Amino acid sequence: MITLEILRTGPFAVVQDLGRAGLAHLGVGRSGAADRRAHKLANRLVANPDDRATVEVTFGGLSARVRGGDVDIAVTGADTDPTVNGIKFGTNSIQHVRDGDVISLGAPRAGLRSYLAVRGGFCVEPVLGSRSYDVMAAIGPAPLRAGDILPVGSHTTDYPELDQAPVAAITGEAVELSVVPGPHDDWFVDPDALVHTDWVASDRSDRVGMRLAGRPLQYQYPDRQLPNEGTARGAIQVPPNGLPVILGPDHPVTGGYPVIGVVTDGDIDKIAQVRPGQHVHLHWARPRSPLGTRSRPSLAGWAFS
Amino acid sequence: MSVTDLPAELPTDLVGNTVVDYGDHALMVQCGSTADVMAWVAALRDATLPGVLDIVPAARTVLVKLDGPGYQGVVRARLRKMRVTADAAAPAPPSADVVIEVVYDGPDLDEVAGHTGLSADEVIAAHTSRLWRVGFSGFAPGFAYLVDGDPRLRVPRRHDPRTVVPAGSVALAGEFSAVYPRQSPGGWQLIGRTDALLWDLERPAPALLTPGMWVQFRAA
Repeated sequence: MITLEILRTGPFAVVQDLGRAGLAHLGVGRSGAADRRAHKLANRLVANPDDRATVEVTFGGLSARVRGGDVDIAVTGADTDPTVNGIKFGTNSIQHVRDGDVISLGAPRAGLRSYLAVRGGFCVEPVLGSRSYDVMAAIGPAPLRAGDILPVGSHTTDYPELDQAPVAAITGEAVELSVVPGPHDDWFVDPDALVHTDWVASDRSDRVGMRLAGRPLQYQYPDRQLPNEGTARGAIQVPPNGLPVILGPDHPVTGGYPVIGVVTDGDIDKIAQVRPGQHVHLHWARPRSPLGTRSRPSLAGWAFS
Repeated sequence: MSVTDLPAELPTDLVGNTVVDYGDHALMVQCGSTADVMAWVAALRDATLPGVLDIVPAARTVLVKLDGPGYQGVVRARLRKMRVTADAAAPAPPSADVVIEVVYDGPDLDEVAGHTGLSADEVIAAHTSRLWRVGFSGFAPGFAYLVDGDPRLRVPRRHDPRTVVPAGSVALAGEFSAVYPRQSPGGWQLIGRTDALLWDLERPAPALLTPGMWVQFRAA
C-alpha cells in the first residue's frame, strides 16, 4: 500500500474533504475544507472526485515522505513554494513523486491555507461519513502529528487532464467580501457601520470563526436576547462586545448572537485565506430593507447553553 | 400536523409563515414556539424541496441550508406557500422512548428551588413527573434541548457561566432541560447527574436523544 509518512506538520495540518452535511439533528455541523475551491482544484489536478480527502495545511511547513510506490500530487491554495527532494514544482500543478521522495511546503508569502492532494485521495477512516476533522466538535481524524502514516486510496480510471491550472494569485491586500443583510441587521444602531468600517482580522481566528477588530458595532436594545438559532458558514455574528465574528466551517450548529449579515456563497472561500492582521472590507450584496428583514423581536428572554 | 400547498382556506392555527433570506444559500422560517418549529421540521421533511442540504431547528426558527444560491428563489417561493399547522398539543405517549436515571445532587438545585419557589424535592418531582420532548440539537454533538417540561421549572441561566461542566450533568435554563454530553463550559443550572452516555461514536446511533423523542427522567 502506498502511504505518506508525515515528517513535519507546520503550525496546523488536518485531513479535510467536503464535510458531513445533514447531521444537525445530531448536533453535528458540516465541517469540511475551509477553502473549498482550492480543495476541489487540488483533487481535479490529480483526477480525483471533489470529495476525496486532502490535507489542509495552515501557514505551510508540512513535510512528508512517500512510501510504497509512486504517486501523483498537487498543492493548491496559499503558495508555499512546494518542493520534491528540494526541487520546486509549482503550486496548482500536478507532480509525479517517486517512492521515498520527500514533499515539503514552505511558508506562504500571502494567504493562509494550502491543500495537498494525492491521486486516489487520503484514505483515513471516515467518521459519520466524512474524513474532515471538526475543531469545534472534535470529530474526525485528529490533527496530524509527525510520524502519522496516511494511506493513499485507489484512484479512479479518470486520468489527469491539466498540467497546470490558471488561478488568480492570493495577495495580502484588503479582502473584499459581499454580504447579504440580516436576518438581524435591525438589531443594531447603525447596521451600515458594518460596511463602512476598515476591519482587521484578529489572530484569534480559526476554523470555527474569524474575529474582526475595529470600531465595535452597537446593539440597539442591549437587554434583548436572541433565542438560539441555526447558524451557517459565512454568518456574521456580533456578540455583546460589538466585534463581528465570521463563522467558519467548524461553527457550532446553533448560536445565540444576532447575525447582522451573511457572506455570499461565492466569497466564503476567500475567508479561508485571510491572515491575522489583514484588512477586511464588507459590502452589502443587496440594499438593506428600510424595515429590516422583519425579523421578530425576541419572544423569550433566555439564552442557551 | 398537516401540510398543503393550497392557500384557499387558512386554518386558524397556522404557524410560522415568516420566511427570510439567510445569506444567498439558506432560508430562515421564524416561528412562535418550539412546538411550531417541530411542526415545520416535519412538514419540511415531507415536502421534498430541491437542493436542501440540512434542516436546522432551534428555539424559534428553522434554518434551511441549500446546496448553492441557485435554489434560494424556488425554495423561498415554496416555503411561502406552505401551510403548516401544529396539532393543538402533541400528546405525550404513555411511555418514554428513553429513560434517564438521575442522581439529583446538582450544585444549583437549591438555587433552582429559590428561583421557582419550590422545595428541592418539589423540583425533583416536577422534573421527573412528566415526559420531556427533544425539540432540537446544538451546542455540541449529542446536546439535545428538551421541551414540554413542567412550566414551573423555568429558570434563568447562571450569571457566571462555569468554565467546566462535567459530562452527564442534568441542567435547566429557560424553557429547556438538557444533559451535557461531555465536559464543556456551560451556563445552565445544574440539578443532577447521570451515567447515561449521551454521545458515543461507537454506537450505530451516536446521539442518545434526537428531535421528536420523548424522555423520562427518573430519580436514581
